[in-house]
Amino acid sequence: MIQLDDLRVDLERTPVVKGVSTAISTGGWHALLGPNGSGKTTVLRAIAGLIPYRGTITVDGATPKARDRARLIAYVPQAPTLPPDMLVSEYVLLGRTPYLRYLAGPGRHDHEVSRNAIERLDLAEFARRRLGTLSGGEVQRVVLARALAQEPRTMLLDEPTSSLDIGHQQHVLELIDELRTSGGLTVVSTLHDLTTASQYAHQLVLLDHGQVAAQGTPGEVLTAERIAEIYDARVHVATDESGHTIVTPARPLAM
Amino acid sequence: MRARLAFSIAAVFLVAAMLVGILVGAADLNPLATIAALLDKIPFVHLKDSLSAVDQAVLFQIRLPRIVLDVLTGGLLAVSGAGYQGVFRNPLVDSGTLGASAGAGLGATIAIVYLAGAGPSVVPVAAFAGSVAGVAVAYVAGGAGHRGPATLLLAGIAISMFFTAAQTLLMQRSTQVLQNVYAWLLGSLSGATWQQCLDILPYTAVSILLILLHGRHLDVLSLGDEEARALGMNPVRVRLIVLTASALAAAAAVAFCGLIGFVGIVVPHVVRRLAGVSYRLVLPLSLLTGAGFLVLADTAARTLVSPGELPIGVVTALIGSPVFIWILHTTRSVRT
Repeated sequence: MIQLDDLRVDLERTPVVKGVSTAISTGGWHALLGPNGSGKTTVLRAIAGLIPYRGTITVDGATPKARDRARLIAYVPQAPTLPPDMLVSEYVLLGRTPYLRYLAGPGRHDHEVSRNAIERLDLAEFARRRLGTLSGGEVQRVVLARALAQEPRTMLLDEPTSSLDIGHQQHVLELIDELRTSGGLTVVSTLHDLTTASQYAHQLVLLDHGQVAAQGTPGEVLTAERIAEIYDARVHVATDESGHTIVTPARPLAM
Repeated sequence: MRARLAFSIAAVFLVAAMLVGILVGAADLNPLATIAALLDKIPFVHLKDSLSAVDQAVLFQIRLPRIVLDVLTGGLLAVSGAGYQGVFRNPLVDSGTLGASAGAGLGATIAIVYLAGAGPSVVPVAAFAGSVAGVAVAYVAGGAGHRGPATLLLAGIAISMFFTAAQTLLMQRSTQVLQNVYAWLLGSLSGATWQQCLDILPYTAVSILLILLHGRHLDVLSLGDEEARALGMNPVRVRLIVLTASALAAAAAVAFCGLIGFVGIVVPHVVRRLAGVSYRLVLPLSLLTGAGFLVLADTAARTLVSPGELPIGVVTALIGSPVFIWILHTTRSVRT
């Protein structure tokens, strides 16, 4: 359980997150939504401990130190840095960093954990490939493998599918959901597609100008009026046969 | 598997380079007798020594200490270059980029111009101090590592320009010692003694050990500061430690042998082509390869225009520049 209490972040003296409180319960998929610049990524980076913040963020009631936090929480940025000549196996092994003593190298157990992560994401044939030779969908799997090698209890994913086509998007989201259900992971992700968010996430936190505009289940949060107000967009909201909320953009009539 | 092969190649290269260095020179040493004389020095090995007393002196008092100094200096330069490249996430930096070489040059010039009466050891001490001061000033001016590697690098370039300008000004005002300054700037290992080898050894051991121990940290750093922190690492601390050790390594090399360029850039690049980009391999392989490379370069420096000598810095630059151009044209496949 990760608890955010009155989280505030200033970037270059401009308040970007202005008092966000929410509880991220263990095991679910939590999506941070909101228009561009609403503070989604900043909240995620604060939870990962990458930027200074005010207020409190506790993990199971405590505020962990950097190394302990890295054992509990893996962070996957929207555009991870991928040294083009690094091998996939070397890259995934870096996920073991939080477990290594300062002057020690990775041991047998670390190699085993990262090999398992590679196999889990169907990357065995890519292990000796260089990162620079991979396609967008393969890169996303490799980055997830590195996060998995970290053996975290929570994964923070910043727009995990933003650079992928619809097929690869679906594949990666299903993969994340599979990791979540089979490994007992908690997933917190920013997502910009509202329909996708309602299909995968259990709890949505809708941010607007650095504050929580609404939070709850997709059905509670995603209403046509609220989306019109916050995104300044005209949409139809419907529910499909499996109960997921579907948000479709509607062209303004005047056009 | 590939790592083991790369280590074997590098080790064989170093041993072969040292043998070439030992056997090639003004005095013709009989190869078999020389090798026998060397093996005889190993404890519990006793071989009939057929080398004449003069050849013995050439081997043990002239050639061998110089080759050992080559090995130590080459290792220092190559490992510090690779360390700098890891810290700055930039394959084209070495001690020349971050104020270390410029600081050493200014320090040595000041010593030669103003402190010539203070004895022969004043120039290396001044060069050492200048080198460390150059990096320290650049580090502080560049935001002490908190503003990312690019700022640090730009500060280093600015400080280098400033120091080089100050040095040029000094040299221009005291033309009578120009010759001495140039001789030092271009580097030389002539007249190397066992005492020098002993003197440089502690700096070599400490700095190289520190850098080698941070190989995996430099790999994490190659993901950028933010991802390094997300993995629980402190990038500012790693950068400070590796930078300090690299500066110490470069300063020791400069103090004893003058400015020797290109080893720090060329050697790590060749190693990357051989063994990949992980610093856990690049650092130790650079140590072996850099040592062998400098032995060969110095052998060329003392034999090509015998009985005269070429400055070692000229030889490494003559070899290094074309290799550097080659690297620039093929960087698509060598990126860090």
